[in-house]
Amino acid sequence: MIYLDNAATTLKKPDCVVAAVTEALCNMGNSSRGTHDSSLKSARAVFAARSSLAKLFNAPGPEQVVFTQNSTEALNMALCGLFCKGDHVITTALEHNSVLRPLYRLEDEGVISLSVVPADRQGRPDYDAFSRLIRPETRAIVCTHASNLTGNVMDLERVGAIAKSHGLLLVVDASQTAGAYPIDMKRMNISVLCFTGHKGLMGPQGTGGMCLARDVRIRPFKVGGSGVQSYSRAHPAEMPTRLEAGTLNGHGIAGLGAGVDYILEKGVDAIHAYEIALAKHFYEGVRDIPGVTVYGDFTNWNRTAVVTLNIGDYDSGAVSDALWEDFGIATRPGAHCAPLMHHALGTAEQGAVRFSFALFNTLDEADAAIAAVKELAQCD
Amino acid sequence: MRLKKPRLIVTFHTTTAAMGMEIACSRAGLPGRLIPVPREITAGCGMAWCAPPEAQADLEAFVTKENITTAGWYELTL
Repeated sequence: MIYLDNAATTLKKPDCVVAAVTEALCNMGNSSRGTHDSSLKSARAVFAARSSLAKLFNAPGPEQVVFTQNSTEALNMALCGLFCKGDHVITTALEHNSVLRPLYRLEDEGVISLSVVPADRQGRPDYDAFSRLIRPETRAIVCTHASNLTGNVMDLERVGAIAKSHGLLLVVDASQTAGAYPIDMKRMNISVLCFTGHKGLMGPQGTGGMCLARDVRIRPFKVGGSGVQSYSRAHPAEMPTRLEAGTLNGHGIAGLGAGVDYILEKGVDAIHAYEIALAKHFYEGVRDIPGVTVYGDFTNWNRTAVVTLNIGDYDSGAVSDALWEDFGIATRPGAHCAPLMHHALGTAEQGAVRFSFALFNTLDEADAAIAAVKELAQCD
Repeated sequence: MRLKKPRLIVTFHTTTAAMGMEIACSRAGLPGRLIPVPREITAGCGMAWCAPPEAQADLEAFVTKENITTAGWYELTL
């Protein structure tokens, strides 16, 4: 199999991740639930993962790193815990449903009003619209760092500067970039950075979290067991316990920590350069094939390693299925949970076929994918 | 039960702060280990740093230097 669906989840994990999860399953107790060796092993692994993530994202410190099940949970916690009745929020057409649906729900419940920064046919956001849409009651900008459909990267330094100059919170969905593209919370003025563990961070599924700037306070989504302050009626107010109730996914977090350490050792810039070289090779191999339409902005390579295309007017699901059945190539067709982006690209009905590359892919695999697209396009 | 002796106990608001103390002290070669918070301080659960009382001055200076947030300092016979 040639696995090119890394934007959904990275299939191949570093050996150190597998080893860390195995070690955790065999030897780790419950973090923050005692001081015997098994419990402390878990607490140490969790703390180490917090510290590594804080370093990777230049977050204020390990106590500002909160673990969740995935990005969606982190985004729900952040969005539902930050906004009050009357707040106005700005988001973008690049968003995944993990951002859009919590915001739509808050809008439908009459809590917030919502404005959407549009995108053009290449999937590029209208940056001028951020400032244009700001109102006196605007509280936050909520945006992705990169489109999961096109691979276009949002200029977060630019958006962060707009947010800072207007005193707005900036909530970022880093599902597509964490571990695969440089992120600096302080330089980008990010208030809340939501990430998932199983994509670019190369950890297990069921891991993720968020990093909070020091001055950001989120109402807890859940309260309960914390391992501290047990006779208090209220859940502890201190971070990160404030936003973590119940037993953490210690086994998964141990693997996530190993993945992050692997990335820190390799360097995000080096990983991005390798992945982009594969994506660029693939893009250059398919862009001029008759009948092939590639979506997104390829005027520069400050993007993620995603190349999304269609062949003629074939259903994207049929193309993806042929790639799998006839060539053993795994891709992702359909809507990618990104409805506004598909509307902007004009692909709402056809969908599109996404090829997404990661660190363990090779040039030979990219060549095989190019050959497969050529062959399918010839049948058009 | 074991023989009781004077001990310095440092408490924290969160497990994360307690783990930060353990890592930092380990790196700096300062004495102590994590224990359950004694009931003389608070009933319930949680972790505390337990060290010889004579290490208090060094630990206080270290915690200030490292910006580690503590909840309380106690000397108990445990």
